[in-house]
Amino acid sequence: MMGRRIGIVLVALWCVGALGAASFAPHTASDHFDGLLNAPPTLPHVRDEAGAWHAPFIYRWRLVDQLEQRYQEDRTTGVPLRWLRGGHVVEGNDQAGSPLLLLGADGFGRDVFSRLLFGARTSLTLSIAAAFGAMMLGGAIGGIAGYAGGLTDDLLMRASDFIIVLPAMYVALALRSILPLVLEPRIVFVLLAIIFAVVGAPFISRGVRAIVRSEGRLEYAVAAASLGAGHWRVLGRHLLPATRGFIAVEMTMLIPAFIVAEATLSYVGLGFPEPIASWGTMLRDASDVRAFADFPWLLSPAAAMFVLVLGLNLIVQDRRPEDWH
Amino acid sequence: MLAYLARRFLFALFLVFAVSSASLLLVRMAPGDYATESLGITARAATMEQTRRLYGLDRSFAQQYGHWLARAAHFDFGRSMAYDRPVADLIPERAANTAILAVTALFAATALGIPLGIITGSRRTGLLPAVIRTVSITLLSMPPLLTSLFLVFFAARTGWLPLGGMGGGAADVTGGALVDLVRHLIVPAAALAMPLAAMFERLQSQAMAETIGQPFVLAATARGVPRLRVVWRGALKAALRPVTSIYGLVVGTLLSGSFAVEMITSWPGLGRLMLDALRARDVYLVAGCAAAGSVFLAAGTLLSDAALAFVDPRAAE
Repeated sequence: MMGRRIGIVLVALWCVGALGAASFAPHTASDHFDGLLNAPPTLPHVRDEAGAWHAPFIYRWRLVDQLEQRYQEDRTTGVPLRWLRGGHVVEGNDQAGSPLLLLGADGFGRDVFSRLLFGARTSLTLSIAAAFGAMMLGGAIGGIAGYAGGLTDDLLMRASDFIIVLPAMYVALALRSILPLVLEPRIVFVLLAIIFAVVGAPFISRGVRAIVRSEGRLEYAVAAASLGAGHWRVLGRHLLPATRGFIAVEMTMLIPAFIVAEATLSYVGLGFPEPIASWGTMLRDASDVRAFADFPWLLSPAAAMFVLVLGLNLIVQDRRPEDWH
Repeated sequence: MLAYLARRFLFALFLVFAVSSASLLLVRMAPGDYATESLGITARAATMEQTRRLYGLDRSFAQQYGHWLARAAHFDFGRSMAYDRPVADLIPERAANTAILAVTALFAATALGIPLGIITGSRRTGLLPAVIRTVSITLLSMPPLLTSLFLVFFAARTGWLPLGGMGGGAADVTGGALVDLVRHLIVPAAALAMPLAAMFERLQSQAMAETIGQPFVLAATARGVPRLRVVWRGALKAALRPVTSIYGLVVGTLLSGSFAVEMITSWPGLGRLMLDALRARDVYLVAGCAAAGSVFLAAGTLLSDAALAFVDPRAAE
């Protein structure tokens, strides 16, 4: 029970962060600071060199080694933080010259923290949209198969079983790469959502079919049918609602899988195109080993993914661990 | 039993056939072909035509597919256009690399996950089960994409292990080369094995906990059979079924996971080859990779079916 509550808090934090990205993030996803490529995080301080207390402030980064991109804090003057100004919760007093970089900057000098929040938006909306698509598709297939029985059932379930056996990542990869490689972000979003929905649907349809089959024999369904309700009414109004609990759990398990799938596809260059921030495109920017050995903050999208997936897993914990994929 | 295994074998054959055919069809349906991808849009139409004719891309899909199928029946899978080598030469080495990675990870995950699951499943309280459970839930939330990133980061920071590649390769396995291979294998195999071990642990733990509650376990304990013997002999036999039954699906999970791991640790397996082939629209190589991958799947499902029939004879009926 405790774990479940922690899970809800973790997921809620990310949802709030994603929804309010524009206010919580000090910068936009594409703001870049040319003098601060791969700069480390600017930690907020409350005491200066002399030991005097101040409102939270940050120090400016001074580039000490151009080649290795090493920086040093310029401890002579602090840059105070501004709270609740210009539509941002917090930002540095000198946004252009010495920006607040809570999680450092990436190789293009963009604020990792801001991109993480905007990336949460992309990654979460994509996986939620895909999970809804999988629910519709899987619910329809499973419902029809379970209700119709016979040959229809056989064919639909054989097809579902077939897709489940295949490695999901390769199916998504193959489907994505046969589409044009360079596309507009909006089209990429829709295509990825459809691909993920198709790959995820069989997991839902199998369970929905089993529930519809067993529920269809129960008195209430038989009663509805003998009162003259048509096939679609019995299925839509009486049988499919019985699958709600199952679908809720299953969708909670599909969302992490979709987030990771997006990240993997973006990592190999088949996801979102460059200016778009998603957790996958951010990992791609960190894909060079030297980069993340020297600039560990570039791995924060991986940590973000872990926190979100952990939260979702804690919520459905002890329900159906066998369906982890 | 034999009829059951025969039926599953037919399914396995169908799997290999369907997957490689489907991948051929998919690449044909894709916009652009090898000629446009390799020559670029500035190439002259005549050059394009020549390239297409050279690789048989100018024929209709039915012709191309029929030809490919007829030759594939003789284990000739066509020629890779990008590598200009027969597909049958390219695949085995890469497939072997993926197999080394996947099999090592599967063994490690089984060897770790199942005993730990028995411990947590048979003991409700205590520090050890609580620790194992926590680690397990944490690892379950780290798919191979994340574990490999974190492990490569760890390797880069400490310098204890190589960051990627596989050293000399599987070709010469003698003395120093073997040690080198093992050193390169640790990071990718651990990355792939960790979430899988966690999944096995959770599953085995649940199954064990359920079995412990059965009357026959109580009866054995009442007869005076020592607790360790009850758990590790009697109950274990009955509790192996759930884990065994998902082994068939685990092969798919392993291949999916090994794609991410291969990308991040530059392990020269099927994943990278398949990705490059797909991007270059290298039709026969894609089909070859898909065929190799589906052979793994088929072998995996067959083995798990056989294991399941062994653990629980009811499954074969």
